[in-house]
Amino acid sequence: MKKLITTLGVALSLCISASATAKDNVKVGFVYVSPIGEAGWTYTHDVSRQYLEDKFGDKIETTFVESVPEGADAERVITQLAKSRHDLIFTTSFGYMNPTLKVAKRFPNVKFEHATGYKRAKNVSTYFDRIYEGRYLTGVIAGHMSKTDSIGYIAAFPIPEVIRGINAFTLGLRSVKPNAKVKVVWVNSWFDPGKEREAADSLIDQGVDIITQHTDSPAPLQAAEAAGIYAIGYHSDMSGYGKKAHLTAAVHHWDEFYADRVQQVLDDKWQSQDIWKGIGSGMTRLAPLSKDIPSDVVSEVNAISEKIGKGEFHPFTGPIKNQQGELVIEAGKTIDDKTLLGMDFYVEGVEGQLK
Amino acid sequence: MDLDVITNILYATIRTGTPLLLVALGEMVCEKSGTLNLGQEGMMLLGAVAGFITMYQCDNLFIGFTVAALVGVMASLIFAFVALNLNASQVAAGLALTIFGTGLSAFLGADYEGKTINALPTLAIAGFEHIPVLGKALFSQDAIVYLSWSLVLGAYLFFKYHRAGLAVRAIGENPSVGNNLGLPVMRTRYLAVMFGGALAGIAGAYLSLAYTPLWTQNMTAGRGWIALALVVFASWRIERVMLGAYLFGFASIMHLVAQAFGLAVDSNLLAMLPYGATLIVLIMLSKNKQKLKMYEPMWLGKPWHKGH
Amino acid sequence: MIKLEPRVQRSPAWSYFSPVLAILLTLITGYVVFALLGHDPLNALYTLLIAPVADWYGVTELLVMTIPILLCAYGLALCYRASVWNIGAEGQLLIGGVCASAVAVNFVDSSSAFAMPLTLLAGIAGGMLWAGLAAFMKLRLNTNEILVTIMLNYIAVNVLLWAVHGPLKDPHGYNFPESALFGDSTLLPVLFDGTRLHLGLAFALLALCATWVFISKTFIGFQIQVLGLDASAAKMAGYKRALLITGVLVISGGLAGLAGAGEVAGPIGQLVPQISPGYGYAAIIVAFLGRLHPVGITFAGLLMGLIYMGGELAQINMGLPNAITGIFQGLMLFYLLSCDVLITYRLRFSLPFKQQKAQPIHIAQES
Repeated sequence: MKKLITTLGVALSLCISASATAKDNVKVGFVYVSPIGEAGWTYTHDVSRQYLEDKFGDKIETTFVESVPEGADAERVITQLAKSRHDLIFTTSFGYMNPTLKVAKRFPNVKFEHATGYKRAKNVSTYFDRIYEGRYLTGVIAGHMSKTDSIGYIAAFPIPEVIRGINAFTLGLRSVKPNAKVKVVWVNSWFDPGKEREAADSLIDQGVDIITQHTDSPAPLQAAEAAGIYAIGYHSDMSGYGKKAHLTAAVHHWDEFYADRVQQVLDDKWQSQDIWKGIGSGMTRLAPLSKDIPSDVVSEVNAISEKIGKGEFHPFTGPIKNQQGELVIEAGKTIDDKTLLGMDFYVEGVEGQLK
Repeated sequence: MDLDVITNILYATIRTGTPLLLVALGEMVCEKSGTLNLGQEGMMLLGAVAGFITMYQCDNLFIGFTVAALVGVMASLIFAFVALNLNASQVAAGLALTIFGTGLSAFLGADYEGKTINALPTLAIAGFEHIPVLGKALFSQDAIVYLSWSLVLGAYLFFKYHRAGLAVRAIGENPSVGNNLGLPVMRTRYLAVMFGGALAGIAGAYLSLAYTPLWTQNMTAGRGWIALALVVFASWRIERVMLGAYLFGFASIMHLVAQAFGLAVDSNLLAMLPYGATLIVLIMLSKNKQKLKMYEPMWLGKPWHKGH
Repeated sequence: MIKLEPRVQRSPAWSYFSPVLAILLTLITGYVVFALLGHDPLNALYTLLIAPVADWYGVTELLVMTIPILLCAYGLALCYRASVWNIGAEGQLLIGGVCASAVAVNFVDSSSAFAMPLTLLAGIAGGMLWAGLAAFMKLRLNTNEILVTIMLNYIAVNVLLWAVHGPLKDPHGYNFPESALFGDSTLLPVLFDGTRLHLGLAFALLALCATWVFISKTFIGFQIQVLGLDASAAKMAGYKRALLITGVLVISGGLAGLAGAGEVAGPIGQLVPQISPGYGYAAIIVAFLGRLHPVGITFAGLLMGLIYMGGELAQINMGLPNAITGIFQGLMLFYLLSCDVLITYRLRFSLPFKQQKAQPIHIAQES
């Protein structure tokens, strides 16, 4: 009986979806916060935009607007995209959250996908990847590769996303070397090659032997390459900027996710959702590992990665102490998403202070 | 704090200060002839992109820097024509050059965004680079740093002792008087503007070929404006512009170095340091009003036409 | 050989015709450039210059974008007429936005009638304070205002970042660097439904009229001109230099502060790290492009805003890079400056050995 109902249900839903007007083609818009370049956050989105063009061929038309400031201009640009008959619009920076919602209200038939935000609506989804899982893995690699047990971390702004990455990295690092330290330098910019370079150099002068970053430019990698030490990239594979230095990078991978969402618009099955997926879905990945990493480390990292992917292991598993040595997550417990989303404390092992 | 740290800070200070020093020196010479060119940011970006594209195509640093200097000169000629021949407002013409240069460089460099090249190597001066503390900072830099020092020395001697240097200053004070004395006002001003353009071009290329060897739009990040401020800061004295550029370079790396040391101050407040320090030093230097006035070119920024 | 010969009088015809000629030259250059790049030139020019204002929404958006630039530029014009080289409108705008937000976050759930006026006043006060700082340093500490205002701009950026990452951060916003969304009582009322055009337009119009009257009809306005043209003459006439300088700086700071408050309480509706994409710097160009006259500034601001919006549309509709905007704005500026020469000079095609007879005249500051 139960089976029958399910079958009926499926058949019914198939009918409904078939009767709903499936589209022949779709127009997809992207709003970028910076120029595209060949590395970094915006670059990863544009790679996937091109993937969409290849995959859907005649069925798709894509548009992008780059370097859109996150102020009053954003709302206008998003509106212009909505007005010019785009069906699906990806707004790829946190600062577009409220503008996206405002525009979505006026264009109920246009679907919006906002990256990294937390506010949704009937036609506004949010999406992001659990890049911190990749961060944890790179921390493990750093733990094995560092000799001075001191790692330099160049960070943009003290927002939860960045702090989460620093903490995950530190936890991974200290799972291998319990006394290792992470030195953080804030450059107060997402993209400023000059500052990032100077930050990297001053960290190297302080004796760190691996540099990693949560900024957009490849300057820290170049600094590591010049100083003959290792570096771990971020956002996208940065090996082109330091062939010897680049160990790996925690990277975003949007191809399949974007393709799914476009397909859903074509089939008229798109629904608002909150996506925050990690290694298990392939949204978060590691760039190809350097040949310098010993094979036993590679297999260890692969094993952890698999466990994370299957949901058997959470990088933020207690006991986790904060910088002051107070227990934040008890042994055996894992952190909840809400704390992760608003993370505002450093774990033990991070040097420097938040506020 | 051991000596190594001091050495490294000195080394980084000079690296950071060098692009500022080059642009500011060029602008100062330009201003000494009475011409105010606010287009440095644009000229720097054009120099940066031209140098990078050249380097990417022919992998020769010398040609890269030469092309950057030439492109800087070409850009400055647009300004010179509009501001000097057509007597337009120098402020507006300079700002136009900045907007135009920013846009054009982004346009030309679009295909080179994120590409890599071989960076300018450092040239250690044999024997000297091992001197404790100062050795690495002074004798293990790259060729452009040494070039910037020789330019500063050259400019200092030129304006202090050479007849032509005095002529430039006379024209900056009052071009009509200069003209009556038989000085070639137009030619001098043109040469001064072109010198400024060449140095801005080289400074831009220093960013894209040495400091952070990559091209990205707007990579000068306001250094042209800082250079403009440094000229005022130096009150049009060559030796002081060097002090200003390195002071600013020092302050801007100190806010990163302090963090690497683990100093517990809000990073946004630390980031104000270079600007705050510049202001405070300026206030200390500005006490003597008469002395300040002595060095400022009287005719700065005003249009002049033969028969004026 | 072509020579420039000073006119005995400024040519009124050319002062109107010069911008037209400049726009014409820009269009011709644009046509050639687009053709060379392989785009349909007419379509490209249409997208860049007409499409942005082809509908009512576009017109209102152009105004929304130009309001803060104009507010800053009117004030800057006063400063520049007095030869006070205030580069600091950007910083004054940012501080205005921060101060306004500091007040506004206290009225998030309030329907108080004071919410909006107090927010705006706080913004004006913040801008005035920041400009007043520059005035104090110029008059008392003898420092050059160009340098001081540039440095204060950078400091203001960091004050904004500090505020939005710290005290003004939305307590319920998952620690993202944004303030809470302002309450409706704080927001500037929208003038037409379905648009973002807000009350700031009235402030801009008011500022336009006020500065116009101030410059051309009042004695203080006249004193400012004299101070700007000849400081020693102003001294001889007994004008109070310190008061005039402080006055123009504080007025322009107040207007810039109002612009900042209008942004956070207008189209943005909260404090964010990037409340200005460089309005204060754009205003410098607009002020000069408008020949330091409020009416000219208004046209100049609208034109620059139009090209900026056209650049966005060119990306959306034609896939042109956003760098087109800068190239076009720069070109137009150059042409305009070049054409302006015809107001005070005439072109003479003469043989090189022929002597010029015309009497030289001073190029007076425009009024």
